[in-house]
Amino acid sequence: MKTIILRTASNYMLPLLLVFSVFILLRGHYLPGGGFVGGLIASIAFVLHAFANGLGDTRQLIRFHPGFLMPTGLTVSFLSGVSPIIFAGKPLMTGLWYPHHLPIVGNLGSALFFDIGVYLVVLGVTLTIIFTISESV
Amino acid sequence: MLSAILLGFIFSIFLVFAGKYFKGKLAVLSSLVPLVLFLYFLSFIPQVANGEVIRANYEWVPSLGLNLDFALDGLSLLFSLLITGIGFLVFAYTAAYLKGHDYLDRFYGYLGMFMGAMLGLVLSDNLLSMFIFWELTSISSFFLIGFNNTSEASRKSAVLALAITGSGGFLLLAGALLLGGVAGTYSISEMVGLSDSIVQSESYLWIVLLIFGAAFTKSAQFPFHFWLPGAMKAPTPVSTYLHSATMVKAGIYLLLRFTPVLGGEDIWNTTLITVGGITMFYAAVHTLFRTDLKGVLAYSTIAVLGLLVFLIGLGTEYALTAAAVYIIVHALYKATLFLITGIIDHETGTRDVTRLAGLRKVMFPVAIAGFLAALSSAGMPPFVGFIGKDLVYESTLHMGSWAIVLTVLAIATNILVLYAGFVAGIKPFTGKLPESFSKVHLPSFLMWLPPVILAVLGLVVGIFPGLIDGPLVQPVVNAVGIDDSELHLKLWHGFNTVLGLSALTLGVGFLLYFLVKPSKAKEKGVARFDFIAPLTLVNNFGNSFRTFSNWWTRIFQNGFLRNYVSTIILFLVVLVGYSLFSDHDGIPIDFSSFSRMTYYEMIIMGIMFLAILFVVGARSRLTAVVAMGVVGYAICLMFVIYSAPDLAMTQFSIDTLTVILFVLVLSSLPKYLSISDYKMKAIDGVLSVSFGILITLIALEVLGEPVNKEVSNFYADNAYVMAKGKNVVNVILVDFRGVDTLMEISVLTIAAIGVFSLLKLRLRRDDRELKD
Repeated sequence: MKTIILRTASNYMLPLLLVFSVFILLRGHYLPGGGFVGGLIASIAFVLHAFANGLGDTRQLIRFHPGFLMPTGLTVSFLSGVSPIIFAGKPLMTGLWYPHHLPIVGNLGSALFFDIGVYLVVLGVTLTIIFTISESV
Repeated sequence: MLSAILLGFIFSIFLVFAGKYFKGKLAVLSSLVPLVLFLYFLSFIPQVANGEVIRANYEWVPSLGLNLDFALDGLSLLFSLLITGIGFLVFAYTAAYLKGHDYLDRFYGYLGMFMGAMLGLVLSDNLLSMFIFWELTSISSFFLIGFNNTSEASRKSAVLALAITGSGGFLLLAGALLLGGVAGTYSISEMVGLSDSIVQSESYLWIVLLIFGAAFTKSAQFPFHFWLPGAMKAPTPVSTYLHSATMVKAGIYLLLRFTPVLGGEDIWNTTLITVGGITMFYAAVHTLFRTDLKGVLAYSTIAVLGLLVFLIGLGTEYALTAAAVYIIVHALYKATLFLITGIIDHETGTRDVTRLAGLRKVMFPVAIAGFLAALSSAGMPPFVGFIGKDLVYESTLHMGSWAIVLTVLAIATNILVLYAGFVAGIKPFTGKLPESFSKVHLPSFLMWLPPVILAVLGLVVGIFPGLIDGPLVQPVVNAVGIDDSELHLKLWHGFNTVLGLSALTLGVGFLLYFLVKPSKAKEKGVARFDFIAPLTLVNNFGNSFRTFSNWWTRIFQNGFLRNYVSTIILFLVVLVGYSLFSDHDGIPIDFSSFSRMTYYEMIIMGIMFLAILFVVGARSRLTAVVAMGVVGYAICLMFVIYSAPDLAMTQFSIDTLTVILFVLVLSSLPKYLSISDYKMKAIDGVLSVSFGILITLIALEVLGEPVNKEVSNFYADNAYVMAKGKNVVNVILVDFRGVDTLMEISVLTIAAIGVFSLLKLRLRRDDRELKD
């Protein structure tokens, strides 16, 4: 499926879709969206790129094995979950909120970091599975 | 006090990093850890002797009632001193015994962990934390028994010991939860005050049985005794420390600890007397037929454990004092005998008692320790063993109508224990030294000094019983619920029945020792009855269970993916369908409440239906996959119409990825084949249609039921107030039920790792085969 149209399009689509996925991730707390969907959209972006340009190109683009995103994401989520215990002496998973309103992001809280972890894990899992399968078959 | 308990654990973690420096000459320094702890606990003797209870409370999970509450009373103090004192000697002994061993640091790590766990167990005032430490002792015992992990026998023994003591741990947990439920607290010292209401509660019988189960498995009571002889595969320091002096007494500790809470009832006393009585006699008889020194000692240990349970069962002031004294007596002489056995094994290379003789000529100090320990185990005056044995007879004689039976049983056991002590402590050192042992020499003082110290202590304490009476024994007796005991330890009680019985024991015992010699022939003789031994029964049970589970697994895990799916669906249809149709006269579906279908819903339904027909009739995989994708997208549209944008988005992405995944693997799958005949297709059709109908019926019925909206209302009301989010779905995912999400992403990760390793590892193996 290495058509010139798809290849050209995917070069533009990849950054656009990635920005879109981050957008979906950030708005999740107030509007439809969230880390899970965001991660899926981001992985679709990479899969689309891989379809058009071949897996090797996409791998070069990412530079590291997508599998590393899984432990990273798990660590981020876990740390955001235990941060109330460490910083505020409150039970696990209590939401911690930055008191002031930030531009673009809105209210900043530990839940966002949790969602970022979910995003990374989902991206890592999907890409690992799809890359592994497409390499192996 | 917490730091004292944690010291053992900290030490073993420290060894993970610094272990390599402690393998050589520095190894002996690790004995400083138990020594410091021993001195620390020694400093509490005056306070505890005054009747004080030293407490330290740390909150852990207060909402579950799980706190690290520690209490140091007489009973805990006695055990703490045994654990750290004998621990000190064993740590030092090990430095020489396993000198130059590759994993010496690991061994010390396990020993440190065990010491910490055991201290935690005897100091815990909270039943739940006690359970945790209890399990930790089982686990460290598992590691230590299996320390020679290259030997299959020791691995098997380790698993067996873990299985038995571990299941006892389960019983303890169940008993603890029941007890906690009845008492309303997990604090043991509070339970003592609630004893009356606990004894009268309905669950009393269950509590007692569960606690008994835990104690009997840990303390190797008949019929759970068989793991202990197997545990002797461990290096001798372990046998000394865990399987004679401390860990196996954890069950005894548990029974003593709960005597003031649960004791005094018929079921308590009768069961303990019966089980203890059977155990002590059965194990004591077994010592006659063993030729391995450690085997002899293992069975005589079981006999003494039985005796202790028996004494707790008698439950009188005499009996409990006797139990307290006997714990000390036994720790002193049995640890000595084990350490001596280790020395003999280390220097001569055999533990076969029929071959050992005359060793006094080459290792005189060890021989002295052996003589002293054997005499103490025999109960010769003026050893401390004599005082212990006196108290035992004293307590059995006061048991009214059963006095004669119980006394005879106790005498018989003591005679056989005497025999075992003589076989282990005297036999190897007397007689003529065989030629082959003439080069044997005395080991490093680190090895022979510990048993000498222990054996001499046994003599000193016997001559001056005041050394242990006030400081140790009285506080124990107070701790198990008898206040102001008038009973004081004395070596000489004058000429009375008890003295006569003691003399009888000694006389018959000596006679037995000189008449009956351990021999291989007798060991073989008793092996004929192995087929009814509990060990064989358990092993057979284990084997047949494994055969059964193999068979069962092969039926269900037959490797055909479609069979798995059919099995799961069939099971669900039968189970859910039965419960759906059995309870009701009809299924209450309120058709009037349904809204009319709109035309776009009908269109979507039509698309879905067509797509499904395509899937069923497809002649190629691609068609089927694409058609399934259409079904998925149609469901997305439904979600959009019913304003569930989050679901729609997720479903959409997932469907896209699924189709992509299929397309990726499609090219390398084998040619599309129609394997199912018409019969198979018909069965599959019926199954899937009935499953669809069932799910539909359930969905409709759920709609008809009055819904409890409490939970969803809570989420809707509090999403913004408590979690500052307006998207309720997302707030539930990342905040209210965030721990669930954390688990789910962990599962996802595991799945990805599974896919990765399955495919990649298989490829590598192919590569390797190609190279060959």
